[in-house]
Amino acid sequence: MRRGAVLLVMALGGCSALYGPQSSAMGQGMESAHIGNLFDLFLWVTVPIYLGVMVFLALAMRRRQAMVQGAARPEQEAGWRLGLVLFAVTSALILFGLSVATWFTDRAIARAGAGPALSVEVIGHQWWWEVRYHDPVAGRELRTANELVIPAGATVKVSLSSPDVIHSLWIPNLAGKQDLIPGRTSDVVLKVPKPGEFRAQCAEFCGLQHAQMALPVSVRAPGGFAKWYNAGLATPPVPGGGPEFAGYSLFTGRQCASCHNIAGTPASGQVAPDLTHFGSRTTIASGALPNTAASLERWIADPQRVKPGTQMPQVPLSPEERAAVVAYLESLK
Amino acid sequence: MSERTYLRDGPDLTGAALHDKLARTCGDRPGFWGWAASVDHKSIGRRYLVTAFVFLALGGVLALAMRLQLSGPQKALIGPDRYNQIFTMHGTTMMFLFAVPVMDAVAIYLLPLMLGTRNLAFPRLNAFSWWMYVAGGSMLWIAFVLNAGPDAGWFSYVPLAGPEFSPGKRVDFWAQMVTFTEVAALAVAVSITATILKARAPGMTLARMPVFAWSMLVVSLMVIFSMPSIALTSAMLMADRMVGTQFFNPYEYGDALLWQHLFWFFGHPEVYIIFLPATGFVSEIVQAFTGRQVFGHTAVVLSLVATGLLAFGLWVHHMFATGLPRMGYAFYTAASMAVAVPSGIQIFCWIATIWTGRPRYRLPMLWVVGFIVTFVAGGLTGVMLASVPLDLQVHDTYFVVAHFHYVLIGGAVFPLLGAVVYWFPKFTGRMMDERWGKLAFWIALPAFHLTFFPMHYLGIMGMPRRVYTYPAGMGWDTLNLISSIGAFLFAGGVMVFVGNALWSLKRGEAAPADPWTAHGLEWTTSSPPAPYNFAHIPVVTSATPLWDPERPVTRGLRVEDREVLLTTVFEARPDLREPSPMPTLWPMIAALATTVLFVCSIFTPWAIVIGSVPVGVALIAWFWPKDRGPEGEPVVD
Amino acid sequence: MASTAPSPQPNFALDLEPLETHAFGNRSLTWWGIVAFFLIEGTAFALAIAAYFFLMSWDHAWPPPPLNPPDLLAGTLFTIVILLSEIPNTLIKWAAEKYELPRVRGLLVLMSLIGLVLLVVRAFEFNSLNVFWYQNAYGSAIWMLLVLHTTHIVTDWVDTLVLAALMFTPHGTEGRRFVDCSENAVYWRFVWLCWLPIYALIYWLPRLVN
Repeated sequence: MRRGAVLLVMALGGCSALYGPQSSAMGQGMESAHIGNLFDLFLWVTVPIYLGVMVFLALAMRRRQAMVQGAARPEQEAGWRLGLVLFAVTSALILFGLSVATWFTDRAIARAGAGPALSVEVIGHQWWWEVRYHDPVAGRELRTANELVIPAGATVKVSLSSPDVIHSLWIPNLAGKQDLIPGRTSDVVLKVPKPGEFRAQCAEFCGLQHAQMALPVSVRAPGGFAKWYNAGLATPPVPGGGPEFAGYSLFTGRQCASCHNIAGTPASGQVAPDLTHFGSRTTIASGALPNTAASLERWIADPQRVKPGTQMPQVPLSPEERAAVVAYLESLK
Repeated sequence: MSERTYLRDGPDLTGAALHDKLARTCGDRPGFWGWAASVDHKSIGRRYLVTAFVFLALGGVLALAMRLQLSGPQKALIGPDRYNQIFTMHGTTMMFLFAVPVMDAVAIYLLPLMLGTRNLAFPRLNAFSWWMYVAGGSMLWIAFVLNAGPDAGWFSYVPLAGPEFSPGKRVDFWAQMVTFTEVAALAVAVSITATILKARAPGMTLARMPVFAWSMLVVSLMVIFSMPSIALTSAMLMADRMVGTQFFNPYEYGDALLWQHLFWFFGHPEVYIIFLPATGFVSEIVQAFTGRQVFGHTAVVLSLVATGLLAFGLWVHHMFATGLPRMGYAFYTAASMAVAVPSGIQIFCWIATIWTGRPRYRLPMLWVVGFIVTFVAGGLTGVMLASVPLDLQVHDTYFVVAHFHYVLIGGAVFPLLGAVVYWFPKFTGRMMDERWGKLAFWIALPAFHLTFFPMHYLGIMGMPRRVYTYPAGMGWDTLNLISSIGAFLFAGGVMVFVGNALWSLKRGEAAPADPWTAHGLEWTTSSPPAPYNFAHIPVVTSATPLWDPERPVTRGLRVEDREVLLTTVFEARPDLREPSPMPTLWPMIAALATTVLFVCSIFTPWAIVIGSVPVGVALIAWFWPKDRGPEGEPVVD
Repeated sequence: MASTAPSPQPNFALDLEPLETHAFGNRSLTWWGIVAFFLIEGTAFALAIAAYFFLMSWDHAWPPPPLNPPDLLAGTLFTIVILLSEIPNTLIKWAAEKYELPRVRGLLVLMSLIGLVLLVVRAFEFNSLNVFWYQNAYGSAIWMLLVLHTTHIVTDWVDTLVLAALMFTPHGTEGRRFVDCSENAVYWRFVWLCWLPIYALIYWLPRLVN
C-alpha cells in the first residue's frame, strides 16, 4: 500500500489524509497491516492488467486491416482463437491466485488474533458508542462511552452488538470493519504494536446522524493503559463547592440524570452515554465536537444545532447554570 | 380454414399498395386517445425512453445537490434529513427508474425490428407495463417533493427501515414503488422472452440471432428469477410496517439479515441486468463500425449466459461485514472473481474485432472506446472488492461509490449513449450532429474520471458513504472539491448530448434506412420504420442479413387484420400465424386500477381487498374478446 | 420523415397462408406466457420457503413456545380436495384439445364449484393456524405462505369463472378459446403442486422438528 500509493499520491498532488488518523493505508494494526499488504499485491496485479488492456486496445485501434467481406482472414481467426483461450485461462489463473492470496491473508489474520485477549464490548446506539470492558476479577468491569482505549501489544477482542439499528465499527488504521447487527453478536480482533491516537467512524448508514458517529480510539503503552483503566474504575468525588458543585446539583436535579449515568451520584440513566469520567475524553457527542469548555457549552445550549436529530433534548438552563454544568462535567477526570 | 377470403401480402399485393393497407391496419389513431390506446412496440419503446431520461435528469440533479453539499467540509446547504432523502432518491431513481427501464426501452423498440417481426409478444402487457412504471415513479417523486421521500437508502436496510426507526410513510412509498417497477419489469421480461423464442423471422436460428437479442434473452430470464425476490421482501417490509408482522424483528424470532439476503439476491443480478444489455449494444456497434461479425461470436454469447448464471451466486459479497461464517465467504470471493472472466472474454473479443476489422471511429465507436477505458477499471476494483479482507476496509466507503459508478456509468451509460447515437436515425429518421456529439463525449469522459477517480482515494482514506457532511481537517477537502467540480462538468457534457439529441430531432440531417452500412434486419426498414415494420416478413439465411446478396421474404400474412408469425424455438421454422392485438385502452385502465390499489394499500391494508375488484374487472374486460363473432380467422381486440 | 428502402419485386421464398392460427402446448404463445408466470411465481414461493427455513434455523423451538402447530383437519381436507380436483382438471384439458365444447362447459362449471369449496376450506385453515401473523416471525412466515397460496387460488378461480362464462358465449367455439381452457388447466396443476411443499411446511414440519 505505501509504495504503490505514494507514487499515485504524488501524481495527484499530495493528499495528507493517506497518513491521517482515519486511514486504511496506514496498517498500524495487525489486521490492517495484513490487509494493506494484500492490497499492495492486488494493486501490483490489477494496474498492469489495466495498462495491458489499454495497450491492447490502442494497438487494435491503430490497425487498418484488409478484410474479406465481413470477416477476418481465416488463418488469422485461428490465431485469435488461441489468443482468446490463453486470455481466458490466464485471467482465471490470476484470479485464482488472488483468491488464494486472500485466503492466506484471512488465515494469517485469524491466527494472529487467536489466544488470550482483553475482552471489550462495543454496543452501537443511534448515534453514540457504548463501551464495556470485561475483567475476570469481579468488580473491575469498566463502563464508558464514545471512547475506546486499548493497550498496545495486547490482543483485544471487541465484541459488537446493537439494540437498535445496524451500525458498523470501522477503525481503518487498525482493522477492517464489522457490522453491529441487532439480534446478533460479532467481533473484531485488534492487535496494535505501537501506541497512537486514531479515529473510527460508523460505516453503516444508521439514520440522521450516521455522519457524526465517530469514535476516538486511543492505543496506549501497557502502563498507560493500566493507569487509565484504574482511574476509570475510581468513583469521582462529589465536588466540595464552587461552580462544580452548582453544576453537580443542576445535573442531578434536572433531566440530565434520567438519561446519563455518573458513578457515585444519583444520576443513573442508562439510555445515554455514561459520563463518569467525561472530563478526560477527547470529544463530545461521539466526535461531533472537541472536548473543550466552549464546545461543551455550545452542545448543551443547543444539541440540535450541532447534531440535528440527536436524542439529547435542549435542557433549559441560564448561561450561568450552563457554565456551572460545564465546569462540573469537565472536572470529571 | 375459413370461407372468407382475406387480403394477404405477396406478389399480388406488394409495394405502395401494400404499404397503404398495412399502414392503416397497423397504425395508431391520431390524437391523445390514439396514443394512449397504442400497443405498438415503437410507441411504447419511445415512451419508455423519454420517461427513463426524465428520471435520469431528476436523479442527476440530486447528484449535483449532493456534490454541492459535499464540496467542502461541514457545509450547511442541505441538512441531514433532506440529504438522507436525496441520496436515497438518487440511488432509487437511478437503479429502479432509469437504468433498467432504459435498457427495456431500447429492447422494446429494437427487438421486433432486429428479429424480423411486427410487434412484441403480448403487446397489451407491454403497454400496461409502461403505465405501471410511470405511475410508480411519479408516486415516489410526488412523495419526495412533499417531504415524504424515503430516507433509508436505496437498499432500505432493516431495522432502520422498519416500523420502529422509520415511522411514517416514507419507506412505504419506496417499498410500493418497488412493487410498481417490478410488475413493469417482469411484464416486459415475459414479453421479451416469448418474442425472442417464438417470433423470430424464419431462418433466424438462435445462432444467427443478433448478440443484443441474446443479451436481452439472458437479461429477461434474470429478471424473471431475481425480481420476485425484491417483490417478496419489500412486501414483507410493508407487512412489518403496516400490519405488524415480525419478519425482521430480532426480538420476536425475526432476523434483520433476512432482508439483506433477499434484497441482494435480487440486487446483485440487478446490476448485471443493467450491464448485459449494454454489452449487447457494444457488440452491435462494434460489428457495424468494423465491418465484420464480432470475433468469437460463440464465446461472446456463452459469456452472456455465464455472466447471467454466475450473477445469482454472488450476492453475499454485499454482506462480507455482517459476520457470517468465513468459510462461506470464501465461496463468494471465488465466485465474485470468477464472474470477471466472461466479462473479460467479451472485452478481448471486442478488441480482437477492432484489430481484425476495418474500424471507423464515428461517434458510437467513441462511446465504445470510452466504455472499455472506464469499465475495465471498474471491473478491476470489483476484483478487489471480491476479496473479503480488502472489502472489510473499503466496504461502505467512497471506494465502493467509485467502483460502482465506474461499472454502471462506464459499463452501462456510455454504451447506452453510443446506442442512442447509433439507433437515433432508425428511431427518428434523422442523424445526430456528429460535432456536437463529439464535444459532449470529450467533455463527459474526462469529467467522469475527474468526478469518480478521487473517490477511490477518499474511501481508502477513511471517508464512509451516505454521510451528509464530514469534519474539516480530515484531509478529504481537496478531493471532494475536485469530485464536485467534475460532477458539474459531467452534467454539462450530458446536457450537450441531450441538447444535441433534441436539436437533431427537428433539424438533424435526414437519415436513410441504413446510414451506418450495418448488418442487422432493423436496417432494412425505413427510418423511422413504418407502423408495420416489414412489408413482408423477411427470411434470414445468415447472422448478417444485410451483408448477404439475397434477401428472401415470406408471403401470406393477412393485411387487413393484425397478424404476426410464430416460428419454432431453435430452428425458426414457420409454425403459426398469430393474431396481434388492436389498439385498446384496457391496459391503461387496468394500470390505473392497479395504481389506485397499490397507492391506497400504503394507507390501509383493506385497499388490497377492495381495490382488487376494479383491477379484476379491468383485467377481465381486457381479455374478454370483443364482439367480432367466431367465424373467420381470429383477431384480438 | 420516412425514407423507404429501395425494393424491386421481392424474392418470395415462403408461403405462410397454410399455417394454422392456433395450436396447443408450447406452440402457443399463451403457453410461454403461462410458463413465464410459473417461473416468476415459483421463484417467489421458493424464496418464501427459503425465508421460512432461514427464520427456523435459529436455535429455538418451532413454533416458539408456548404456541402449538396448526390443527391438521382443515389443511388436510384442503389437500385432499385439491388433489382430487386434478381429475376434472385433466378431463378439461383432454376435452379442450379435442374441441368438445359441452364437456368443457360442464367441467368448467364443476371446477368453479370446487374452487369455491376450496376457498371455504381455506378460510377454516386460516382460523386453525393457532397463531396470528403479528405474534412472532414464525406466525408471520406461515401466514405469508398461506396468503401467497390463497392469492393463487383466488386468481385461478376467477380465471376459471371467466373462462366458464366465456365458453357459454358464441366465442366458446373459437379454437383459441380451447387453447385458453387447456392452458388454464395447466396453471391449476401449478397451483396444487405449489401447495404440496407449503402444506408440509405449515402443518408437518412444526410437528416433526421439535
